[in-house]
Amino acid sequence: MSPFRVICAAFSFCLLALPAWAEIKIKEVVSPGGIVAWLVEDHSIPFAALELRFRGGTSLDQAEKRGATYLMTGLLEEGAGDLSAQEFARELESLAAGFSYDANRDTVSISAQFLTENRDAAVDLLRKTIHEPRFDQDALDRVRAQVLAGLRSDEKDPNEIAGRQFSQIAYGDHPYGSNGEGSIETVSALTRQDMFDAHEAALAADRLFVGAVGDITAEELGALLDTLLGDLPKEGGAIPERAEVTIDGGITIIDYDTPQSVALFGHVGIDLDDPRYFAAFLLNQILGGGSFNSRLMTEVREKRGLTYGIYSYLVPRDLAAVYMGSVASDNSKMAETVEVIQTEWAKLAANGVSAEELADAKTYLTGAYPLRFDGNSRIASILAGMQMDDLPIDYVETRNDKVNAVTLEDVNRVAAEILLPDNLHFVIVGRPEGLQSTN
Amino acid sequence: MIHRITRAAAVIAVTMATQSMLQQTGVSSGIGSFVRPAMADTGQVQLVASDLVTTFQLENGMQVVVIEDHRAPVVQHMVWYRAGSADEPIGESGVAHFLEHLLFKATDNLESGELSATVAANGGRDNAFTSYDYTAYFQRVAADRLGLMMEMESDRMVNIRLTPRDIETEREVILEERNQRTDSEPRALFREQLNAAQFLNHRYGQPIIGWRHEMEELSMEDALSFYDTYYAPNNAILVVSGDVTPDNVRALAEEHYGKIPANVNLPVRERTQEPPQSAARRLTFKDPRVAQPYVQRSYLVPSRQSGAQEEAAALYLLAELLGGGSTSFLTNALQFDQQLAVYTGAFYSGVSLDDTTFNFLVVPGADVSLEAAEAALDETLVRFIEEGVDEQQLERLKLQLRASEIYARDNVDGIANRYGRALTSGLTVEDVQAWPRILQSVTADEIIAAAKKSLRPEVSVTGWMMKEEEVSQ
Repeated sequence: MSPFRVICAAFSFCLLALPAWAEIKIKEVVSPGGIVAWLVEDHSIPFAALELRFRGGTSLDQAEKRGATYLMTGLLEEGAGDLSAQEFARELESLAAGFSYDANRDTVSISAQFLTENRDAAVDLLRKTIHEPRFDQDALDRVRAQVLAGLRSDEKDPNEIAGRQFSQIAYGDHPYGSNGEGSIETVSALTRQDMFDAHEAALAADRLFVGAVGDITAEELGALLDTLLGDLPKEGGAIPERAEVTIDGGITIIDYDTPQSVALFGHVGIDLDDPRYFAAFLLNQILGGGSFNSRLMTEVREKRGLTYGIYSYLVPRDLAAVYMGSVASDNSKMAETVEVIQTEWAKLAANGVSAEELADAKTYLTGAYPLRFDGNSRIASILAGMQMDDLPIDYVETRNDKVNAVTLEDVNRVAAEILLPDNLHFVIVGRPEGLQSTN
Repeated sequence: MIHRITRAAAVIAVTMATQSMLQQTGVSSGIGSFVRPAMADTGQVQLVASDLVTTFQLENGMQVVVIEDHRAPVVQHMVWYRAGSADEPIGESGVAHFLEHLLFKATDNLESGELSATVAANGGRDNAFTSYDYTAYFQRVAADRLGLMMEMESDRMVNIRLTPRDIETEREVILEERNQRTDSEPRALFREQLNAAQFLNHRYGQPIIGWRHEMEELSMEDALSFYDTYYAPNNAILVVSGDVTPDNVRALAEEHYGKIPANVNLPVRERTQEPPQSAARRLTFKDPRVAQPYVQRSYLVPSRQSGAQEEAAALYLLAELLGGGSTSFLTNALQFDQQLAVYTGAFYSGVSLDDTTFNFLVVPGADVSLEAAEAALDETLVRFIEEGVDEQQLERLKLQLRASEIYARDNVDGIANRYGRALTSGLTVEDVQAWPRILQSVTADEIIAAAKKSLRPEVSVTGWMMKEEEVSQ
């Protein structure tokens, strides 16, 4: 018994007293024009962060136009209104503002931070990129070349190869089953008109979620929203149906000449709005949630030295959910690694977790939750994400209670339900010794 | 400041930016936090407030830096040692990083893994990282747990108890880490060779993670020898950021760290230095896993020197002007005007105990040869020096640097890192606080002078990262 355990025990009562987040006061702001945003006002530093999310993302692409949304998003900062790409970049520098644009399977996101002293000018510039992108042919060709360079690199990247294969297995012909950045063929064929079409489909008012944090009042934000977003088209492109996830147990090996194999493994998961989600979240923390002390980390790394790191994660996307994990091991060790993972998966499904493991996971997750709210941009992103996930505005205050309300029986019932050792499929890229594809 | 969707190039750039740090695990550390009320009023962007920062020293020589931010009841506790891979004995490359892993094992008072488990059980996160000039350990946790963190961190400063089994399994872990970060990653292998060619006599030429054949031989004696030599309060810096007061930190630090005696035998930190370099070096690296060839060039240049940071400031601005973003000179020439490249970048790593490197990266377009890309790089550098600095661009850059100090106050843990890196790399608190002002004072002529002085072929290494040519029968 070490002295530190005693200290821990003495401290444990404090955890319950730890404020969820005293400073996070989220207000809903509705602009005069009817645009909704969540705001955390904090006037201590003279800048604000703004996060815009548009649901749909790269899954809006038509199959033959795969990559259009991604390329379009990259081009938003490459010339707008009366400004060429370089004029825009110089203007942004002159304002010392930062705008970034990104697209993933479910979302196009625009993140901005700007100083209070030149906020209006920054918003005008941001507005141009949203409403008046030029999609000049030279910019299109230049950024397309960058995307193609990325796609060629991906073809030789074991992690990318594994990720694509896993998506293909899990989602088939659904947009989730292919790469949102497109293929070399589809991206090479994209035209300027495709960019305008993708822009019209992706950036629309019916799929917009806004978070704002920092040195801005509700009234100022309301006016800003109407200026920035008031002219968006009402409706965007149709979002695809849900994907049907079909993953059978087994191993798929993709031969690749490299000393260390990488593996992705997983099966169907559960959705964010599933009532079992908090139990599953705690369960995953215990299995492979990223601490040094998870079961997978303990068994695969600490006890056997088979890897540098192993993780498991719930992936609840808008249109499908999977439960996945990842690991990299020397080719000579991957077979043992796979065996240990299969064993741990089955053991947890059959026997569940202990009361102590659950208590530790709860203290960790409830204690770590407030640490997420670290900085204006991060909080703005969380606010937009909460709205996309249809969470209530008081969620930040109630979330830890929901974690704490999960019982040992809940977790162990959910473990038996959602961990499917027989369905666990491994995609391995490398030359793992003693392993073969199962079909 | 602008995030661009240029993944291939971005990956290379990110790899370069993070090349000098290895983490204990791949778990994201998520460093970041809140700052206390700003100083600047509206109207003009002002420099960073150094009054957030308090420094003092314990009687045993341990330096303490406190960065206050009372917006949230969170604290980051870090201990930085002035000991990194460049301090390792010859033949034991990787031992600094190996030891960092081993500090998560048992001590006289803690079971193996118990420190991390305790941090987690208190809702916190912990990790550690190793670089050429430092090794650092940190926890991020609720502010009222600071004493517990110090109790555990001070314990492992002097009390580790390793078993032969720890050595065996953890050596396998670091070898897998090398597998993952380096051997599976042609870019990292290329960079390792480039670095080794750059430094003729300095330990910066050896990889932080170590050469595999030396890592395989690392023993308990090697690890403990490094530990006994360097892990002591008079070789450490405590950096605490967040919801704390200097008085509170001082009291806790005296209680936990103050009781550890100084190591009176702490060696002076003198590494073998570079001789004058008088021959440009070239290398070609071929790997079948390379999809995107590129040219990288590095030059041996001075780092930030305590009390004399002007030349380093000029080099920092030079890197930004040449390759710091989409309005930079190289990007303008190679991506917009001549359309030869899909990515260009320039990087200067100024925080370094000894001489450091200035790097260029050019990723050519699909049908452009590396030879043409390199020629365009050289031609553009010559033209930059001839034409001189665009004063408007320099002013925009200085404005952005002033603004970045405002944005930085949104993240005191970032400021904590800034101090930790500087103070383990030969700089003082005063140097850190003077740096933003010195950057603002640099003139266009000083930047050109720094370019002429530093970008000399004889101190350079040029590397071509290439696809393995397929042999046709």
